[in-house]
Amino acid sequence: MCGIVGLFLKNPKLEPQLGAMLSKMLETMTDRGPDSAGFAVYGSDGVSDAGSVKLTLRGPGPEELRGAVTGLEKALSLSAEATERDTHTVLTVPAGREEEIRAWLKASAPGIDVVSAGRRMEIYKEVGLPAAVAERFALENMSGTHGIGHTRMATESAVTTNGAHPFSTGTDECLVHNGSLSNHNDLRRRLRHEGLSFATQNDTEVAAGYLSWRMREGASLKEALESSLTDLDGFFTFVVGTENGFAVVRDPIACKPAVMAETDDYVAFGSEYRALVGLPGIDKARVFEPEPAKVYAWERESGERH
Amino acid sequence: MPSFDLRTAPLRELNRTLHALRPDTNETHWTVTGPDGRHAIAAGLDAPISVEIEGNVGYYCAGMNKLATVLVNGNAGVGVAENMISGLVHVRGDASQSAGATAHGGMLIIDGNAGARCGISMKGVDIVVKGSIGHMSAFMAQAGTLTVLGDAGEALGDSLYEAKLYVRGSVKSLGADCVEKEMRDEHLRELADKLAAAGLAGEVSPSEFRRYGSARTLYHFHVDNAGAY
Repeated sequence: MCGIVGLFLKNPKLEPQLGAMLSKMLETMTDRGPDSAGFAVYGSDGVSDAGSVKLTLRGPGPEELRGAVTGLEKALSLSAEATERDTHTVLTVPAGREEEIRAWLKASAPGIDVVSAGRRMEIYKEVGLPAAVAERFALENMSGTHGIGHTRMATESAVTTNGAHPFSTGTDECLVHNGSLSNHNDLRRRLRHEGLSFATQNDTEVAAGYLSWRMREGASLKEALESSLTDLDGFFTFVVGTENGFAVVRDPIACKPAVMAETDDYVAFGSEYRALVGLPGIDKARVFEPEPAKVYAWERESGERH
Repeated sequence: MPSFDLRTAPLRELNRTLHALRPDTNETHWTVTGPDGRHAIAAGLDAPISVEIEGNVGYYCAGMNKLATVLVNGNAGVGVAENMISGLVHVRGDASQSAGATAHGGMLIIDGNAGARCGISMKGVDIVVKGSIGHMSAFMAQAGTLTVLGDAGEALGDSLYEAKLYVRGSVKSLGADCVEKEMRDEHLRELADKLAAAGLAGEVSPSEFRRYGSARTLYHFHVDNAGAY
């Protein structure tokens, strides 16, 4: 089943409340996905200099993460700014050394995964009720420009954090998915030939990888999603975030539910309208069901749809 | 005139109260506030009452409706008035997928657009959509009428039985075994009746519509198709 939510702010005044709004949306979708939850938040400021990148690491607990960070700093003689949030730690490191850091972690820090990399994006996901997951990471206090979230009811694979969304396969890119893909094995193989790597056997990670690949090849977010309609086979409603963009697409059959609301202040997405009822000014929002096989995309600079 | 605020009282209490009403009840007009997209609001009614809902509703609103009039001053989620037996369900906004699915009778009016699969497997209901409808509408529809003032999406009336489809705008494509049919006087009369019942008398002319129905070639298995399986 699963529930997905997304919130893209047009009015910067709401940015300090992004986490609070998103956590309420996520919690309402517990009925659709009580097994695990995850969310991505695009922080208002991001890394302070262009040469840095934020890596969100996930581990068994804060101690193991601390140990890995200390080991990493010593081995690669670098100093990383670390922000701890329960089982996740956000490291700010020089962007040029990302590959080296990933390689060291893979080789020397078993059990520590890099969940995301981005100038502004941080991803958190855990097993458990959505409200508990949101609380563990203090989502309520996070500020940002946009965010997406997912509540999972596992049907095809085990209830593990690795199977939780959002999935990220590119810098500041992430995706949540309601549905299932049937051609993900073939597509994963083809994308590996293109140099992408995948951490799981999950179908959604392949969709994320597909979009990363298309955008790497020069497509805009909107174009990448348009081509996904022909290249992905299966059921899907996707909500996608990039550093400055936010987009929604449903497969042509539109099996999975979706409802959107737009005001002058924000664009919001929910699997059900219930997820949106706590948003400010929802009574006057334009509430609509996104059409099948149609890409809805917003960019931050202009705040306009195109 | 009883009213019920779903932000302060549970939905089950509302539905239980409405289900307990006798056919001769004097409490005939109910107002429901704060629906906030909850599912199955005013489902399973069986008394000649009217229920006005102020806001957007979730799935299966007024499902299985019998005798009652349910007015939604907002949008409706999946399956509004599904399996309705009689009465009237009126959505002032848009309806999501499967509006009026499998409904046997009564009337469903949607002022806005309806999503995919509107009237899927309908069995006698009259549906009037003032906007447009999505793909696969009236799939396997058995009886009743579906009147659309706007356009219809892909595969209208796929595997249709005897339901009659009247569409004023364009039809993106017809489903298997659905064909355009001649609009005879009896159809113009029937359509005028349905439009009048939906409060549209004099606003749109039946002559602006086209009629679609079953070609009846899928009713029985044809031995020539045996090789296809």
